[in-house]
Amino acid sequence: MRIEYNFAFFDEGSKREIRRATLKAVAIPGYQVPFASREMPIARGWGTGGLQLTLSLVGKEDILKVIDQGSDESVNAVNIKKLIIKTTGIKVTDETSEATIIQSRHRIPEIPLQAGQILVLQVPLPEPLRYYEPSELETKKLHAEQEYSGAWLMLFEQIMNYGTMSTGADHPAMVHDRYVMAPSPIPRFDNPKLNHSQALILLGAGREKKVYAVPPYTRVESLAFEDFSFEVESFQDKCCGLCGAKGVFLDEILDDLTGETFHQCNDTSYCLQRLNQKSAG
Amino acid sequence: MGYVAVKGGIQAIEESIKRLKYERLKKGTVLDSQQIEGGMRCLIDQVMSESSLYCETLTAMAIKQAEGSPEEAVFLLRAYRSTLPRKHYSRTVQSEEMLVERRISSSFKEIPGGQILGAAMDYTHRLIDFDLNKETDDEAIKWVCEYALESGVDNDQTNLSNLPKTLDYLREEGLISTCEINYDEPDDVTKESLHFPTSRSQRLQILTRGQTGAVTSLGYAALRSYGALHPTVGELRIGNLPIYVDSPFLEQNEDGDAYYIGEIKVTEVETLFPEEIQKGNGEKEIEFDIGYGICYGQNETKAIAMSILDRCLEAANPEYPIHNEEFVLLHIDSVESTGFISHLKLPHYVTFQSKLDSVRKTKK
Repeated sequence: MRIEYNFAFFDEGSKREIRRATLKAVAIPGYQVPFASREMPIARGWGTGGLQLTLSLVGKEDILKVIDQGSDESVNAVNIKKLIIKTTGIKVTDETSEATIIQSRHRIPEIPLQAGQILVLQVPLPEPLRYYEPSELETKKLHAEQEYSGAWLMLFEQIMNYGTMSTGADHPAMVHDRYVMAPSPIPRFDNPKLNHSQALILLGAGREKKVYAVPPYTRVESLAFEDFSFEVESFQDKCCGLCGAKGVFLDEILDDLTGETFHQCNDTSYCLQRLNQKSAG
Repeated sequence: MGYVAVKGGIQAIEESIKRLKYERLKKGTVLDSQQIEGGMRCLIDQVMSESSLYCETLTAMAIKQAEGSPEEAVFLLRAYRSTLPRKHYSRTVQSEEMLVERRISSSFKEIPGGQILGAAMDYTHRLIDFDLNKETDDEAIKWVCEYALESGVDNDQTNLSNLPKTLDYLREEGLISTCEINYDEPDDVTKESLHFPTSRSQRLQILTRGQTGAVTSLGYAALRSYGALHPTVGELRIGNLPIYVDSPFLEQNEDGDAYYIGEIKVTEVETLFPEEIQKGNGEKEIEFDIGYGICYGQNETKAIAMSILDRCLEAANPEYPIHNEEFVLLHIDSVESTGFISHLKLPHYVTFQSKLDSVRKTKK
């Protein structure tokens, strides 16, 4: 194989610089560490933050999995994988348990992560306070002073207006009783997986030039009230139309022919694995 | 099942990339990137400026690959730039040393060294020249030779590499306050991300690599209504600046030790803004403030708009969005804005499903 660029695209100095920012992020869970985000061969907003983290960490022995909105084969996941393979030649996998580094856009896999694995989440908007404060200078102060009443008020107003917290994905979470963090737009369903995760979770925002982290066994609580608890998306009694799984995040799919709605596992590799097990057993 | 079928994504992408190549080549002609370099000077200048990479040959290749899309060409060059280690820093460039090709001032009819129109589209009628359709290489070469002979006759003795700055005249009269030269090491926005409030060096770097259209539009907004500034162009000059780097082998570099590594063409603009000055005794005076614009190549609109934005960000009047540094600096980068806008084409069905769940709950 002919590799035209340096191993993992960047020169070693650039990788080291990203790792330094990452170490700081691990040392201060939930704190957004600025870094000199480079322009990448994929577009800003298409996972350049996650990609830079992955490239700075990846070694020849690593096994990589990339998913986009739950799917290993979605266009963007394929594209990112292609670039990493081209510049490193490392092995890739669809299986969650086999991977050492998992780069993901907006999902945490259904199969629980293990100690030693690294989950890299792509983040479009790292600032959880941006909804009510457009200025970066101001949000930096709010974090420094641990002044989060705006975040609580936002949820309170939602409850007053709609009778429920109307956050979709990206429901803000408190990291280790200190920083409020945008969990990247993972669905609320995945928020609890951040809490006391065995794997290291790194979050990278390329366009916004920030890195932050949830180190293993860190307390992560989704913001909620004592008398109004946090709720994940509910799929009631629905199950996956392919593998029959329940209690997983499901995609709602409209059948063109019958006009009926059915559900399927959003985590495609999880679904496939279950189907394979079934046919083997 | 759309573009996220459980399997088959890889193949679909390969086919899409093939289709793209087909679109580029289907008319049966291959564009020579030397032709782009020869005939698309303005596009090359614009792309180099937005890319922060000065190389006409590479830019021509990027434009070819991007099928002429400036945002795509800038994207290619910026990504390439990321792989280049920074080996040297140049010496500070003094813009007085520019070998001037064009230089105008709208503040004074006569300026020391004179007005030099140089090459500009300003004085043409925007009528499509249908004869260009029949232009041949032979004719072009003949014309260029004739032109060279004709302009060689010119016996003008003006030293074009050391023209005085128009603004120096106003400075001598005390109409512009003099300022000390700032010897601080400039911040480098490509090595450390912006932090607010920004330094002027950070602002100028972000403005000069800003997307031409974005810089122009925001500059126009400041000019037309949001602040309603009306600056006067003190001086606009275009020409080549020599670049020197210190010898890496010497501990101490004297003046003569630097290496000349080439020259870059730039557009430089200094605009004047009348500003009220409070005197100690309650009296007021009016002085001129300066806005500064500079960019690679010949791109006069962008450089002038940049000088307006530079002034706006210095004034930082909280009444106007164009005076807000976060509003301006975080939104004018071509790669960032086009990247984030285009990411909306990515699948969002997890996030959408999550929102759908909330919306359904509010309906209960």
